[in-house]
Amino acid sequence: MNAIPPAAAPDSAYVRIANLTKRFGDFLAVDDVSLDIRRGEIFCLLGGSGSGKTTLLRMLAGFELPSAGTIRIDGADMSAIPPYERPVNMMFQSYALFPHMSVERNVAFGLEQEGLGRDQIRRQVGEILDIVKMGGFGARKPHQLSGGQRQRVALARALVKRPKLLLLDEPLAALDKKLREHTQFELINIQQRLGVTFIVVTHDQEEAMTLGTRLGVMNHGKIAQIGTPSDIYESPATRFVADFIGSVNMFEGRVSDDGADCLRIECGELGCTVRAERTVSCTRGATVWTAIRPEKINISRQPSAAGVQQAESAENLVRGTVREIAYMGDMSIYLVQIDSGRMMRVTLPNIMRGTERPLAREESVWLSWHGSSPVILTE
Amino acid sequence: MVAGIPTLWLLVLFLIPFIIVFRISFSEVRLAIPPYTPLLSWRHGAPLLQLHWSAYRFLFTDALYVSSYLYSLKVAAVSTLCCLAVGYPMAYAIARSDAAMRPVLLMLIVLPFWTSFLLRVYAWIGLLKNNGVINNALMYLGVIHHPLALLQTDFAVYIGIVYSYLPFMILPLYANLEKHDGTLLEAAADLGARPVRAFVRVTLPQSFAGIVAGSLLVFIPAVGEYVIPTLLGRTDQIMIGRVLSDEFFENRDWPVASAVAIVILLLLVVPIMLFQRLERRQLEAGR
Repeated sequence: MNAIPPAAAPDSAYVRIANLTKRFGDFLAVDDVSLDIRRGEIFCLLGGSGSGKTTLLRMLAGFELPSAGTIRIDGADMSAIPPYERPVNMMFQSYALFPHMSVERNVAFGLEQEGLGRDQIRRQVGEILDIVKMGGFGARKPHQLSGGQRQRVALARALVKRPKLLLLDEPLAALDKKLREHTQFELINIQQRLGVTFIVVTHDQEEAMTLGTRLGVMNHGKIAQIGTPSDIYESPATRFVADFIGSVNMFEGRVSDDGADCLRIECGELGCTVRAERTVSCTRGATVWTAIRPEKINISRQPSAAGVQQAESAENLVRGTVREIAYMGDMSIYLVQIDSGRMMRVTLPNIMRGTERPLAREESVWLSWHGSSPVILTE
Repeated sequence: MVAGIPTLWLLVLFLIPFIIVFRISFSEVRLAIPPYTPLLSWRHGAPLLQLHWSAYRFLFTDALYVSSYLYSLKVAAVSTLCCLAVGYPMAYAIARSDAAMRPVLLMLIVLPFWTSFLLRVYAWIGLLKNNGVINNALMYLGVIHHPLALLQTDFAVYIGIVYSYLPFMILPLYANLEKHDGTLLEAAADLGARPVRAFVRVTLPQSFAGIVAGSLLVFIPAVGEYVIPTLLGRTDQIMIGRVLSDEFFENRDWPVASAVAIVILLLLVVPIMLFQRLERRQLEAGR
């Protein structure tokens, strides 16, 4: 899903956030966050409500002062710089368009503060409105626009000053699903065209995965993991991240064999031994969690048809009964109760139109997976 | 039915009295009960309508009336501006204060209403008169050696009107400012506007409806104000409310008094209509 390759200069820390902390009374909203953001990338801060992502964004904009730590943008310390002097612009979740001003006046506002000449302002406003495809709407007032149009004006207003850094607070949250998908790609397009560094805050993992060059998953004011969308999805670092991004089947177990390149884990809850490629360091007897994504599980009527494993080895193979089937069109979700009693979630793409004998509820099935599928988590 | 009650209210308590006053203004004085000539009379078996313009004409023959109108408009305008200058920062401060403090602060604004209006104006006499609290204090401190003439001046009238009508300015302004979206100011700051500029470009234009509402609520009653200028004001220049009362009760010239009242109404209808047009525009703007 990742639409953009990593930025050209990957090691330049364009925005450097160091040991940033924000306290509201006793509440630690942002807890000692350190983070480097590269020039020209779209960095998505993903987290639930109260995870501190919005507070972090507001500190970047200058609306909140850090309790501790520093923010540097392009080498310059932002600590003592008020919001109206920062080389940063923000697109607000509510868009915050000035209701008493026309679209043109809204977009021109930022340039007027710089004291530019009237002709130059008009030219720049015209240019940016064309880029966001709002060229013909300059004279309208915000209340005469649709939600999607307002979003574009807000984007134009934030971009017209060519900030070093554009902050976007839930940029697509107010749009309906179809428009959201369309706008996502357009946003990426505009970002690449103008080369502005974006920091996007969102609670929507799909939005973050599509938009982001890299993601930072936040939880309880801390960064839980930073990585590309596929890093985060395929190799989550913690149980929180594995559970937060996408859906996952998670089982507690004990390491029974730590070979050179493969681990064996006894999972009582799963009722079989999990054999996994060695990706983490752990010792024999340690408690770990096995996380398997629903789309990485095979479902079949025969254990032999399940693929790579032998049935008698009882590794990466469990028996269960289909309890629920949700047909989603492009794929189907199966809730399978395995013999240990736990439910497992399995998704299968519906590749063929109308299978001869589709799986039915209460049918007995075998679930299996490849040794590369389980992610072993130690925390 | 529901719409009928306000209509009935306006009909009985506003429209009918207005028609009566309007009708009297076209009569002439006579010594009788009632003290004015009828408009309709019977002559040779046919109804005869007699409209007299003399009351209106009289308003322009004596300079007293024109100067009283102008003086009233001036006093009302200056008082309104003073109320705005004092009331806007107060309303702004209340709207920006802690949510838990707001009801307390609003209560303090409304608190003076719990005492009689007349009593509060009399209290100002005690403060402003030659041997009143203010003059005595200033003399005691040695700032002045002779008492300042504070009472029976324009200044005293402005003080009285601003003091009495300030809540009418603050409350609509507060209602407006309290609804403002704080993120708009953040957006302005984000786009490079310093706080003062953000206020001028964002807060002020958006509070325009509140400024108009508050100003009309002060201006309209201030034009016809009777008690404050009578108790605190000058004796050589009276306001139109006083003229009206004198015509009725001293001269017993009902037609002229009615004409005075009708002209006040016309002077006030213009701002009211302006206000309504503005309100409609605000509604159309979808706020």
